[in-house]
Amino acid sequence: MQKDLKQQDLNMELIKVQQLVKKFDELVAVDDVSFSIGQGEVFGFLGPNGAGKTTTLSILSTLLKPTSGKAYVNGYDVENQKSQVRKSIGVVFQDPTLDEELTARENMDIHGRLYGMRNRREKIDELLKLVELENRKNQLVKQFSGGMKRRLEIARGLLHEPQILFLDEPTLGLDPQTRNHLWDYIRELNRRKGVTIILTTHYMDEAEKLSDRVAIIDHGKIIAMDTPKALKEQLGGSLIRIESPQSNKIYEKLDGLTWLNTKNPHNGYVDVTLKNAEQRVAEVIKLLNDVPIESVSLQIPTLEDVFLSYTGKTIREQEATAKDRIRQRQKASRR
Amino acid sequence: MKALSAIYTIWYRNVLKYFRMRSRIIGSLGMPFFFLVIIGFGLNSTISIPGMQVDYVEFIAPGIIAMSILFSSMFSGVQLVIDKQVGFLKETLVAPVSRLHLMIGQALGGATTALMQGILVLIISLFIGVNLPGISGILIALLFMFLIGLAFTSVGIAFASRMEDTHGFQLIVNFVLFPVFFLSGALFPLDRIPDWLSFLTYIDPLTYGVEGIRYGMLGVSQIAPMLSFTALGGFLIAMLLLGSLLFNKIKI
Repeated sequence: MQKDLKQQDLNMELIKVQQLVKKFDELVAVDDVSFSIGQGEVFGFLGPNGAGKTTTLSILSTLLKPTSGKAYVNGYDVENQKSQVRKSIGVVFQDPTLDEELTARENMDIHGRLYGMRNRREKIDELLKLVELENRKNQLVKQFSGGMKRRLEIARGLLHEPQILFLDEPTLGLDPQTRNHLWDYIRELNRRKGVTIILTTHYMDEAEKLSDRVAIIDHGKIIAMDTPKALKEQLGGSLIRIESPQSNKIYEKLDGLTWLNTKNPHNGYVDVTLKNAEQRVAEVIKLLNDVPIESVSLQIPTLEDVFLSYTGKTIREQEATAKDRIRQRQKASRR
Repeated sequence: MKALSAIYTIWYRNVLKYFRMRSRIIGSLGMPFFFLVIIGFGLNSTISIPGMQVDYVEFIAPGIIAMSILFSSMFSGVQLVIDKQVGFLKETLVAPVSRLHLMIGQALGGATTALMQGILVLIISLFIGVNLPGISGILIALLFMFLIGLAFTSVGIAFASRMEDTHGFQLIVNFVLFPVFFLSGALFPLDRIPDWLSFLTYIDPLTYGVEGIRYGMLGVSQIAPMLSFTALGGFLIAMLLLGSLLFNKIKI
């Protein structure tokens, strides 16, 4: 997953957002958000529903006007250079946006025409092949499954060769197998075509598997932003729990070593926290060669733990309160 | 050039969808057909139109053609409501295309399908005793048919821009359609009616459309064709502006 970060540093500003604020009446959906995204990066917004992810994407894709702050996409201002911004991006919205009464190919064709593409036919065939829909291109979209529709939308979003692809909750409501399949496509696209991808998700595993960098967003604010690895390392590393009838002896052996942090709760086990635990677990065990060990378990922190450490809540708990925010938002945007 | 291709794309989508729904094409011919045959022939022998040397069937044929265009064009706005519901509208709004061009494409698409519907009724009317007018007459009739279609598709788009569900849209449109049709002079001559009714017919924009088609098909009309053209054209421009304004305000 780790790509050449040096190369990214060369162009860190394909997307640049400065102190972006979006208010719906009283509700602050996006609260003073700033970030930049480099070329070729896969950037994930992770947060509960209603955290402000979709609103941020809507502003970047020119569909919503920011209340204050600035956003540049591919060097163009999202408020004053809408047409150039729109040409630079492909958008796959959270809810489907296909014409179900038309065939897959017709949906692609209309998209190509709207973007003023001349030689559409070959490109359409190529992309339908990429998402494995070439055999169904003349079928009406209403006969497609949820996963097929998503794939078609991704193919359509790429038709006009945008430098940037926005994916808003790309695997929402899909079964695990289809999700895995889609993740492969997304990674493949990024690697083979060099498309910069910005995705929003409230799935931890999705953010972790796909993103080079993750911004954790809650209540409209970015609360942490880094590579998934670095975010998890901020927690102090992974936890190794060693169960043994002689836990005191283990504690004596390990206590005082500088590269790990040992706790001995006298419950028949010892907790050891250290960085890169998955690689160094053997080293730890080797130090204990003459002590009987009942079991060793390794707990690698997830982004869920990161979210928990910043907000004091799990994403799921946070979503319960976020639903109220969404309702408020919908009310506000209707006016 | 870019504007034209965007307008053409939206127009093309509407026409493509129209031809795909054959049952709807046939279905919506039902009402005009029964109006022509039952009302036309039912009243043919009892009603003579003073001052015009035409049968009652011939008299109402332009009115029934206008009716089918009116219904078809107003209801074409439902596509916009559906596009909002299924999300397709977002796909077009995020494209590098101005909203004005999207609206014009939608209006031309609805007008074209309504015009085709009108032509089918025109063809039916030829089989039941209406004489085929000369070429210039046909062109005049087609011009007015298209103007009616474009104007009322714009009205449909204006309504649809403010509506979120198809049922509500249909209710509102029905509420407007029937008075517009019955007051248009499609079924009765404009003189020899009470003043209050005469007033209402003269403020009904469809009256000028019906009279224009009537002039094209029968060579006679109660309102001068240039006046009909001016009145209908003015209404068309006003409705295009209204439709564009409301379409521009759609929030997603």
